[in-house]
Amino acid sequence: MRQVIIIGSGPAGFTAAIYAARANLQPLLIASSVEVGGELTKTTDVENFPGFPEGIQGPDLMVKLQEQAEKFGTEVVYDDVVSLELDGPVKKVVLGTGAEHEASAVIYATGSAYRKLGIEGEERLSGHGVSWCATCDGFFFREKAIAVVGGGDSAMEEATFLTRFASKVYVIHRKDTLRASKIMQERAFADPKIEFIWNSEVDEILGEFETTGVRLRSTVDGSTRELDLQGVFVAIGNDPRTHLVHDKLELTPEGTIWVDGRSSRTSQPGVFAAGDVIDPTYRQAATAAGSGVVAALDVEHFLAGLADAVPVAAAAN
Amino acid sequence: MTAKATTEATWEQDVLQAEGPVLVDFWAAWCGPCRMVSPILDEIQSEHSEKLTVLKLNVDENPNLAMKYQITSIPAMKVFQGGEVKTTIIGAKPKFALEQDLAAFIG
Repeated sequence: MRQVIIIGSGPAGFTAAIYAARANLQPLLIASSVEVGGELTKTTDVENFPGFPEGIQGPDLMVKLQEQAEKFGTEVVYDDVVSLELDGPVKKVVLGTGAEHEASAVIYATGSAYRKLGIEGEERLSGHGVSWCATCDGFFFREKAIAVVGGGDSAMEEATFLTRFASKVYVIHRKDTLRASKIMQERAFADPKIEFIWNSEVDEILGEFETTGVRLRSTVDGSTRELDLQGVFVAIGNDPRTHLVHDKLELTPEGTIWVDGRSSRTSQPGVFAAGDVIDPTYRQAATAAGSGVVAALDVEHFLAGLADAVPVAAAAN
Repeated sequence: MTAKATTEATWEQDVLQAEGPVLVDFWAAWCGPCRMVSPILDEIQSEHSEKLTVLKLNVDENPNLAMKYQITSIPAMKVFQGGEVKTTIIGAKPKFALEQDLAAFIG
């Protein structure tokens, strides 16, 4: 049996692994099979992670975090968790290949998943003009008109990135102000290819076999109109990935995993959570990394408590 | 046996004229999810080499084919049989999910 298993391979998971490995806990990190490195592997320049004044590419940052975790003895497994047993003193983690692992403690750091628009045409045209990954798919929209839906940092980043390819980038936002940071807003406002469409939401994505346009609905007066374009990039936020634990751990009204105060302790003893999956507010690479530190230190403390408890229990017998 | 590369020059022979089903992985070096799915496709090729041929097409180097097959999202995997597209899979998926999608060819 292991001391600790970490589930997730973003900044929270790998930072927890660095600390746990340096504390000699020989962590096993389940990285997933096709999403290793998490959200940051789909971004380009990361300019706000401390220690990189020139910026660093998201995928490069994740490779470095993994190297650092492995250097101190983290074992990384490229597989997906399909089920978990979290009650009782022995936690069980079952993987897609059927392999099972046991540990005294689990750090749950699965991050968040792209939120969908939930509108007509989205599912059908996904991969046919509707995309959630600008860095993967922007290339196919050379000299085409496209839209980015959303008003946060990731929407601004995608819009700015997509101007490398597209002839025109509409940013569709349901309000008339942006949630994005000032520097990202200014960059987007200054770009001649970007046009903002305020107070509008996408009602339907149009097209039979490929995207030909969107129907917009005004959030002010409810009027609708159609806009011709060939691509829609959805960047309206993320939802915490709790599907494996929603009936095992207490959640908050925001849908994140509940943790005790500023700690990483969940409602289940021996189960700790870190990163975007517990954070409804900040969701930054650096805050996720800090959250991973908290979880590793909490695990260390928890395991030390278990070790202390053994002789007491033995004495009682 | 890992999956081999195909190009616009060899497409006709490699894919359209092939006897059995051929899975073509449309990929690019700058696509993170493509790099994740690539070793899984190598495994599928080596485990099912008698039933299915897996080939990789770099969309950067072969843009005309990407355009012809209306690729707008990668990784995109298409299974060709008798010169026609029989199945399309879009996006990186775990191995067990890909095997399910390909059950008609490798099952």
